[in-house]
Amino acid sequence: MENITNTIQTIPLNEYILLSAIIFSIGVIGVLIRRNAIVIFMSVELMLNSVNLLLTAFSIYHGDASGQVFVFFIIALAAAEVAVGLAIIVMVYRNTNSIDINVLNRLKW
Amino acid sequence: MNTFYFIAFLSIFFSILVISAKNPVHSILYLILTFFTFTIHYILLNAQFLAIVNFIVYMGAILVLFLYTLMLMNLNKESEPVKANFIKIAAVIGGGCFLVTVVASIKALGASPAVILKDPNLGLVKNLGKVLFNEYLLPFEVSSILLLSAMVGAILLATKDPKTV
Repeated sequence: MENITNTIQTIPLNEYILLSAIIFSIGVIGVLIRRNAIVIFMSVELMLNSVNLLLTAFSIYHGDASGQVFVFFIIALAAAEVAVGLAIIVMVYRNTNSIDINVLNRLKW
Repeated sequence: MNTFYFIAFLSIFFSILVISAKNPVHSILYLILTFFTFTIHYILLNAQFLAIVNFIVYMGAILVLFLYTLMLMNLNKESEPVKANFIKIAAVIGGGCFLVTVVASIKALGASPAVILKDPNLGLVKNLGKVLFNEYLLPFEVSSILLLSAMVGAILLATKDPKTV
């Protein structure tokens, strides 16, 4: 266990912020470029995970366990969100025979 | 130290593959690998509870739910819908602008201290459980109501309406 904890001792906090920002941007780009509703949901999961990692890094950095408790709540929230969202996608697929989000543009106005 | 950079590279690589894979099943499989690298990040940070929860909940429950829904939909169409090229370019430029803004604001902060684990017991189940059930007892109970309502809502949405069928 000591070996593992020693490996992180030399990593600056900025590297974690940078990694999380890159993965969050990849999630944003994924939401924007795809039309498949399930892939869009997966990009949202990617963004949630990058935020989780950043919260954990800051929790370790400040020596405060509250950050990790927040990550726990975010994971519970993500599970609820995925369950409801996938149910909505299943309903949309049953009505339109497609999960292309451009079919849903009658919600636009 | 090198372990972190290698795992970070793998995370970015697999998350790019998630959004660029043509087949949605491949996207889900790459997403599993991405979440696995996140689990390794948590282990490197000595957040053992979160590593296990990430492994069980994300890689176990959520991705199986994704895969199951995708199998249920039987999307064996000739091609999945693709956006126009100029929209893709605009999206990449927009995301890149976001990234550049964040990175520039980090650079403006100047030198960054290293992430040092002061208390080795910080991420263990015993410590987190004490914090969770002392300070965050009310949010914990509220989240149980959230999960219950999400379960009821998902069943309500996904079942067919018997009157219309």
